[in-house]
Amino acid sequence: MDEYINRGRRRFLTVTTSAVGGVGIIATTVPFFQSWLPSASARATEAPVTQSLKKIEPGQQLITTWRNLPIFIVNRTPKQLAALPGQNPRLVDPDSKNTSAHQQPAYAQNGTRSIKPQWLILIGLCTHVNCVPTYKGQMKPEPFDPAWQGGYYCPCHRSRYDLAGRVYKDVPAPKNMQVPPYHFVDDTTVQIGVGPKDKA
Amino acid sequence: MTSRWRHWLEERLPGLTRMIRRHVTAYYAPKNFNLWYYFGSLALLVLLNQLVTGSFLAMNYKPGIATAFDSVQYIMRDVNWGWLIRTMHTTGASLLFVIIFLHTFRSIMYGSFKKPRELVWLLGMLLFVVVMAEAFTGYVLPWGTMSFWATRVVVALFATIPVIGPHLAEWIMGGSLPADATLNRFFALHVIMLPLLLLFLVVLHLTALHEVGSNNPDGVEIRCGPKGNRWGKHYPADGIPFHPYYTLKDLVGVGVFLLVAAYIVFFAPSFDGWFLERNNAVMADPLLTPAHIRPVWYFSAFYAMVRMMPSFAGTAVWGPIAMSGSIALLFALPWIDVGPVKSIRYRGTGYKVALGIFVLAFVGLMLIGSNLTDVLFPWLFGANINLTKWTMIFGRTMMLAYFGFFVFLGLYTHLGWEKTRPVPERVRARG
Repeated sequence: MDEYINRGRRRFLTVTTSAVGGVGIIATTVPFFQSWLPSASARATEAPVTQSLKKIEPGQQLITTWRNLPIFIVNRTPKQLAALPGQNPRLVDPDSKNTSAHQQPAYAQNGTRSIKPQWLILIGLCTHVNCVPTYKGQMKPEPFDPAWQGGYYCPCHRSRYDLAGRVYKDVPAPKNMQVPPYHFVDDTTVQIGVGPKDKA
Repeated sequence: MTSRWRHWLEERLPGLTRMIRRHVTAYYAPKNFNLWYYFGSLALLVLLNQLVTGSFLAMNYKPGIATAFDSVQYIMRDVNWGWLIRTMHTTGASLLFVIIFLHTFRSIMYGSFKKPRELVWLLGMLLFVVVMAEAFTGYVLPWGTMSFWATRVVVALFATIPVIGPHLAEWIMGGSLPADATLNRFFALHVIMLPLLLLFLVVLHLTALHEVGSNNPDGVEIRCGPKGNRWGKHYPADGIPFHPYYTLKDLVGVGVFLLVAAYIVFFAPSFDGWFLERNNAVMADPLLTPAHIRPVWYFSAFYAMVRMMPSFAGTAVWGPIAMSGSIALLFALPWIDVGPVKSIRYRGTGYKVALGIFVLAFVGLMLIGSNLTDVLFPWLFGANINLTKWTMIFGRTMMLAYFGFFVFLGLYTHLGWEKTRPVPERVRARG
């Protein structure tokens, strides 16, 4: 009963063992958290892809994939291109001034958001919550917009984009659709994932 | 004979009888429970149904994007009684939400979240969140188009968080899109981690409840009232033992509930596309978003909030903030509504009106989230109505009403504006 208890030592040992044990437990959770990161095989799907443009008719869209993301490639007609500047007042960011978060490479920061005006290349994901917007290329009145000049309509939350992937005002999506890095291998072949300057 | 076995067990496991007494045969619950008090035991029943049917589904389900969809079709067509087991599971999921919504509403209405039951309420809300996670991960497993797009949309909610969002999204999916890794980890969460957490929380929820005792439609604390009933002089006079009184009462509820559930399972398994969606009978395609996308009905009110919030300051994070805020405010309810009177029966008119508006707002948001306003508005106001504009106006009004409820309640009770009616000394015999 009256044995001497060194309370200071006991407290010191309790605190230090708890602290070291706590650090150990936290360290042990790291592998479990990191096991959720993309695996090596998931990373391997991120290589660039090459796509021939030969069979895309004027006004037509082709969807391919890069990094498992849908890539829209549109062969824009002169009429569709001519309608683009007219949309500017209705757009959030008509001049692609937003350069954050890989909005578009510098070489696609222009009125058509492309290297060649004819070819529109986009990551086909709505910037709201990443649905795949539907291509509505025809310039005809639509239920959601009587003055529709062609573009994209997202079925999830009804965001709308023009034919340069530029987002309209008053929709849930905040930003234009992203333009991936790409370059033309030759006149009818495009490589997505690598920009013109980065190519070997 | 029985007593010999009992004695044998008692010697080796002395806590068992004590636990049964404490939680069942000698748990004294107020004698004035009404219809609203069926939903707790029904939630437990459905949870049991989900555990049993879910275990049997897992015996034939094959996670993985190449096999998941086909294995669900296999369960529905080839496995003996597979269709029944799966339909019981899917119907159970939807009915669990019906039950939880009513159970939660009951607690709000009768002030069951108030002191001394704050912890019971917090554990209940935590259960609600885990059930939502369970429902979402389960929704993904059949790997139909809706499974895929629901994952995209939900993960994108996290991706809207500034700076860490995109990394968080990639971490959740284990890649840039929902794929094998995503489906397999959701399966593990759905069948192991979340159910264990759920059971653990249920035990805590009930233990915490039995510690403070059940509330009742009059909001009177029977443990503070007179003592002594026919079972003992220390028990609350207005309490009756849970077993056999409420077990038998609950059995009646179970009977009615099973009648409804069996009707759905056998005659309306998809519930006209509300419990099982048509789009989800098509295999997931990462390149094709279904034309008419809507969340499953129990998430529609929360989803509507995401749809109604505009993007500004270059980010879409406001929608997810509103959505999580709508649930976070419910967690905080015991500290927002500090009115001393518990039950709606004796509360001020302002409270009754506010609660009514709150329920209407929730239903209104559900209508928007499930796209029903697209049908309802042209029918009510003519086909020429500007649907986008009026849905937005209606939805934002409903959101204001939803959040306004909490603001009003805070001011109403903290500033003492509420004019309550006198609360009786003891519970009334007839509710």
